[in-house]
Formats: sequence, C-alpha cells, structure tokens
Amino acid sequence: MIVEAGHFALALALGLSLVQFAVPLWGARVNDPVLMNVAPTTALAVFGCVGFAFLALLIAYVSSDFSVLNVVENSHSTKPLIYKISGVWGNHEGSMLLWILILTAFGAVVALARRSVPIKLKANTLAVQAAVTIAFLLFILITSNPFKRVVPMPSEGQDLNPLLQDPGLAIHPPLLYVGYVGFSITFAFACAALIDGRIDAVWARIVRPWTLAAWAFLTLGIAMGSYWAYYELGWGGWWFWDPVENASLMPWLAGTALVHSTVVMEKRNALKVWTILLSILTFSLSLLGTFLVRSGVLTSVHSFAVDPARGIFILGILIAFIGGSFALFAWRAPLLQQGGLFAPVSREGALVLNNLFLTTACATVFIGTLYPLALEALTGEKISVGAPFFNFTFLPLIVPLLLILPFGQTLAWKRGNLLGTTQRLFVAMGLSLAITLALIALTFGGPVLAPLGVGLGIFLILGSLNEVVTRSWSKGSSWAVVWRKATALPRSTWGTVLAHAGIGLTVIGIAAQAWSVESIGALKPGGVLKAGSYQVRLESVKPRAAFNYREDVASLNVSHDGRELGTLETMKRLYVTRGMPTTEAGIMTIGLSQIYASLGEVQADGSIGLRLYYKPLVLLIWIGSLIMAFGGALSLSDRRLRVGAPSRAQTFQTLPAPAE
Amino acid sequence: MTRKQRRLTLIGISGLILALALGLVLYAMNDTIVFFHSPADIEAKNVQPGTRFRLGGLVKTGSVERKDNQVVVFEVMDVQSARMVRYQGILPDLFREGQGVIAEGALDPSGVFRADTVLAKHDESYMPREVADTLRRQGHWKEQKDAPQQAKR
Repeated sequence: MIVEAGHFALALALGLSLVQFAVPLWGARVNDPVLMNVAPTTALAVFGCVGFAFLALLIAYVSSDFSVLNVVENSHSTKPLIYKISGVWGNHEGSMLLWILILTAFGAVVALARRSVPIKLKANTLAVQAAVTIAFLLFILITSNPFKRVVPMPSEGQDLNPLLQDPGLAIHPPLLYVGYVGFSITFAFACAALIDGRIDAVWARIVRPWTLAAWAFLTLGIAMGSYWAYYELGWGGWWFWDPVENASLMPWLAGTALVHSTVVMEKRNALKVWTILLSILTFSLSLLGTFLVRSGVLTSVHSFAVDPARGIFILGILIAFIGGSFALFAWRAPLLQQGGLFAPVSREGALVLNNLFLTTACATVFIGTLYPLALEALTGEKISVGAPFFNFTFLPLIVPLLLILPFGQTLAWKRGNLLGTTQRLFVAMGLSLAITLALIALTFGGPVLAPLGVGLGIFLILGSLNEVVTRSWSKGSSWAVVWRKATALPRSTWGTVLAHAGIGLTVIGIAAQAWSVESIGALKPGGVLKAGSYQVRLESVKPRAAFNYREDVASLNVSHDGRELGTLETMKRLYVTRGMPTTEAGIMTIGLSQIYASLGEVQADGSIGLRLYYKPLVLLIWIGSLIMAFGGALSLSDRRLRVGAPSRAQTFQTLPAPAE
Repeated sequence: MTRKQRRLTLIGISGLILALALGLVLYAMNDTIVFFHSPADIEAKNVQPGTRFRLGGLVKTGSVERKDNQVVVFEVMDVQSARMVRYQGILPDLFREGQGVIAEGALDPSGVFRADTVLAKHDESYMPREVADTLRRQGHWKEQKDAPQQAKR
C-alpha cells in the first residue's frame, strides 16, 4: 500500500512541479506578487511529496518487501540494516530518486531561506529549478520506476552487489549528489538573472553560499569515492583517470572556477557575464556526469550494467537543458551590464588567471573523456584515452596554477604590486626551495618529480598561511595580541587559507606516491615478501564465514628493520548469494603512510599470490581534500554571507561599474 | 595602462594558455592514445609488435594456465580467431573462463600478447562494451532478454 502511495506521490510531485514552473514565471513577467509567491509554497510541497516517495522506498527496503522488483534485485533479508538502507541508492532507480530528493530539498531551502532574496529573483529561480525537477521526475516515472511490483513475489532477494556493501559506498553517492545537484541552484539563479536581464554584486552574494556548499560536498564526494576505490578495488590506485571519475572531476574544476569568479563579482562587480556562463557550464557538466555514469556509453572500471534506453532519455534532458540555457544566454547576455576591466596585476587579475587555467584544464579532461566517443561515432575506430593522456595535458596546466596561487592570494585588490608580493612570500619561497633541494639531495637517484611536487605542496601551505601571519603578526607584538588578531580574522579568510593549504597537503600526498614501492610474490605460510624497508611474513591462511559471505583470511605480520609492527588481515571473499568474489585489501596505517596488501589466486604449488605496497604519505591525499572541504564550509559560515546583503538588495538595482 | 592595453593583456594571456592546452592535447593525442582491437582485428589491421593496444574478447574456456612467478597464460578469442596472452601479476576477481576481458599491452615478436593490465569490472554480469560490439558484429552475441536484470549502481 505504502509502495503505491509512494508512486502516487511522485506523480503528484510532477503535477506540482508543473505549477511551480509555470505560475511564478508568468507572475514575474506580469509583476504579480501573488503569482510569484506560489513558487516557495509549491517548492515545499514538491519536496514533501518526493520525500514521502523516498521514505516509502526506504520502508520497502528496510522491511525487505520482496513484492517490489527493485528490492528483489538489490536486497536480501540477511543483509545488515545499514546496507538495506544504502541499497536504496545502490541501484539505478533508487539513486535517481535520491537525485530528485536532493534537488527538491535544495529548492525547499531556497524557498525557506534568505528573506533578502528579491521576490522576483526567487520566483524565477524556483521556476527554473522546477523545470529540472520535471525532467527528472518524467525520467524516473517513465523509464525507471522504483516502485514496480513483481508477481509472483519471490521469497528472497538477489542481494546488493558486494562491492557496494561497504560503508564508504553507503555515503559516497549522497555526498556526490549533493555536490552535483547543488550546482543546479547556481544554474537556476543564473537562468533567473538572464530571464530578468539584470545582475549585480548582490546576485553574487546570494549565489556564493550555494556554490561554496555544492563545491564542498563535491570535494568530499570525490575524495570519498577515491578512497573507496583505493581500498575496495584492491589495486592500490586512488585515481585512474577513468571516465566515471572524470565525470565528477569536470564539474569540480568548473565549480572551483565559479567559487573564485563569484568573489570577483561580489567584490569588484566584474566578470558578471563570465560568472553566469560558468554557472551554466558547471551544472551542464554535472548533468553530463549523470549521463555518462547512468547511460554506460563509456567503458569504465566503475561501470555497471546499464540500459541504453535510459541513456537516450538522459541525453534528451542533457540536450534540452544545455541547449536551452545556452540559447537563453546568447539571447539575454548582451542585455547584462558589463563590469569594468581591471589591472592585470591585482587580486582580480590573478583570479582571472585561475579561471583561465581551471577551465582550460577542465576542457582537456572533457576532450580526453569524450574524444573516444566522438571518434567511434564518426569512424567506428575504438580507442582508449588513459592516464598518460591526462597526466600529459592536465598536469602542465594545473602546476602553473598552483605555482601562482600563493601570489594571487597575497596580491591586493585593484592594484597589486608584484615586487612587494614576492617580498612578502620570501620566507615561504625560501623555505620550500630549501626543503626541495634537501629532498633532492637525500633521494638522489630516485624519481625527480617527487621532491619537486612535495616542494610545491609546501610552498602552497606556507604561502597560504603567510596571509594569516602577515595580517596578525607585527614586530614586537605579544603572542596574545597575535592570537587575538588571528582569531579575529574573518572566517572567509581562514576558509581560503585552509582550502589552499589543503591543496598543498593533497599535492604532497600525490607527489610522494612516486616513492611508493610495489612488490608481487607468491607465498606459503612462513614466507616473506618485502616492499622497501618493510617486510611481511605470511602467518596463516584460514577460512572464515559470515552470514552473507565466506572468506579466506591471510594474516600478515608486518615488520620494519626487524621491528615488529603488528598483524594485518587481508581477505578474498565470496558472496554466496551472487557467487561473486571480491578482494578486501589489508591496510596498516603507519603515521600518514600505509602498508597495503591484497591477495591473488592460489598458485599451482599451493602458495598464495600477494600484492604488497608501501605507500608513503598516501593519507595526505584525502586529508588534504577534507581540509579543502572544511575550508569551504568555514567560508560558508562567514558572517558576511549569513547576514545577507544590505538594503539595496530589496530594490535590486544594478550598481554602476566601478570607476577605473 | 590604458583600457586597450589591459584588454590586450587579457586576450594575450588567454590565447597563450589556450594555445598551450591545444598543443598539449594534440601532442598527447598522437602519443598516448591506445586503440582497441579484437583478436581478428590484429591480422586484419596488421598490428605490429611493440604497438600498445587493448585486446578484448572472451577468455577461451580451458585455456587458462597458471605458471610459476604468478605468470598466467590464457587465450582471448572472438568468433574468428584467438590470441595467446601472457600476464604476470594478480588477476582481477572477476576474471573467469568464458567471460569478457580487456587486456592492455603489446605483441612480442613471437606474436604473443604481453599484457601489463587486465581490466576488472565491478559487476559480474558486465560485458565490456567493446567486446559486446565485436561479438555482435560477428553475429555471436545474443541479448539476454530473459536473464534477470542485474545490479546497476
């Protein structure tokens, strides 16, 4: 019964979304506040309906209702509760429902929050948001109904893909989706500004928190997914330049550019048309990501069996929204008042450079990801574009960006002084250069790029912390004064500093991987395998059984220079219901580094294959990402963004471009 | 700086970065891209030893042979022909006889494909798309309509 009610709620949400789309749009056109005020009300109602539908599916999963096809295909009565819950979005239909739930939740928050958002802007924004909701509700109702019943009802389900039975995968999709879908709000605001034909610094101030929030979640989602792939796939890699990964990296790069361009717009009332374009682009890339993952047009290590008919539907949505928004942009953007030009050597000049590098890097990822598709469509030739392509094109565009980052952060607005900036960064540059040289000397004969990368990371960290130091420390001031000044700095400053320092940590972690050691061997109990200065001894291989899988557990004793560090366990599992094997990597964390072991097959002579890695500082990759996301959250909590715009927000007038 | 100079600086820098990116992409396209071939394609297209490519097909039943030092030898086949593949290392969990597989590497002078990567898939019912296309082209592939739908993420 509740299942049918859930299905009905989705249909109702579709009807309400149509109202949410048409009425406020008309209201904004004829300037009728009553019609415009329909938008927040319906947005809340749509969220309520979709929330109910999601709850209905959740209940079906938790109670193992095997009369629902979706539950049969992806659940099993013996599965632990957490995976019954995560099973809701561990499949195509459910994950699309989650997508819509998050979409409408964002709409509801826009409807509730920020009374300072001008009513017209709010109405138009929610109307655009409703258009996206309509498209995806139609998609789910027509091609991917999660509430389909099955007759006769089987007594047991087929279980969830074992690789997805993991806490990492339980939270990875929601985080990623909040990021993807969060950019839909920025997109909706951009379209609303185009429809209205007006845009100014107030718009930037309203939009910036949404962008920051979406960006922070996307950062977390990508980091989470990368760590999951690292420990679950058992090959010790953390980023494969795989199409599905690129699909999330592209909106992240465009979103990072957007986070920075809204700052310029807010502070200097410039880059307005560019920011609008970037908002549209970022969400388009999010949609493209959804399409690439859901349609299965690309061969990916992460791909699951998919249904091509759905791909065509999503392609239709993609074309409609990207084409529609770009047409709107081409039509209305000339109406928008241009911001002024500014000096190349200034904070805003540096931010333009940031945007140029990020969008160009995004474009190379785009080409590398979609070129195989285009080539196959045109010539039938099948190719694969892998890591060598991306390393060769992406890194030369990102490294210069990272090199100039501390300079940009240190430059003043309006008119910067390059010489003065360099002087202020003198300590940071000197220290990181000294460390790089020392590392090169110490690791002479090893990989050359690793010490350079670590040096770059240190420069990023010191360069961004430099801002805090120069703003709170002066000669002769006591520690108490320094502390008071440092803590009194705006949260957005701290957010910037942390986000940039986080990139530094991630860069160090990535660069240090050039020093990682891999060794492969076949061991019998008592046998020893070495990776660098670490060695493991195979203690035993024992079978073990849990309620939904059997496994062979290898106990490995890890030691370093003769000193025992402990035991780690690595498993080869067989999930009984699906007869599917998985490898569970055994990981031992030593400081920020890890020993990583995964099992292979049993060899002819009875020994067991073992792959062993020593990965120095590998945890920094994800710790850095967490700090980046935290920096974004800190900026988000800045008073400036919470208090909202001053009174001119109500009249929403265009500010004159600042004098040169 | 005058307005004109500022504008020119901006355009100049954008042009430089775009040119750099374009150069990198074009160069990388020549150098780093790997083609996909089925066993039958190797002869048809006269692939030379030493050229990196991806070989895809089905693992021939009964052909998998495990040797010392974790060396695995198996045959990848399509309908028309088969090719010997040699790989050293740990095979992915879902590598099985009769299943689709993609291996990356190059032919050695004796015509054996030396793979350094064998691709793994998340899903037990998953057939790599290139492999499915090849088999379909050769009239071998039947869509499994009645098989239960399997997991999608």
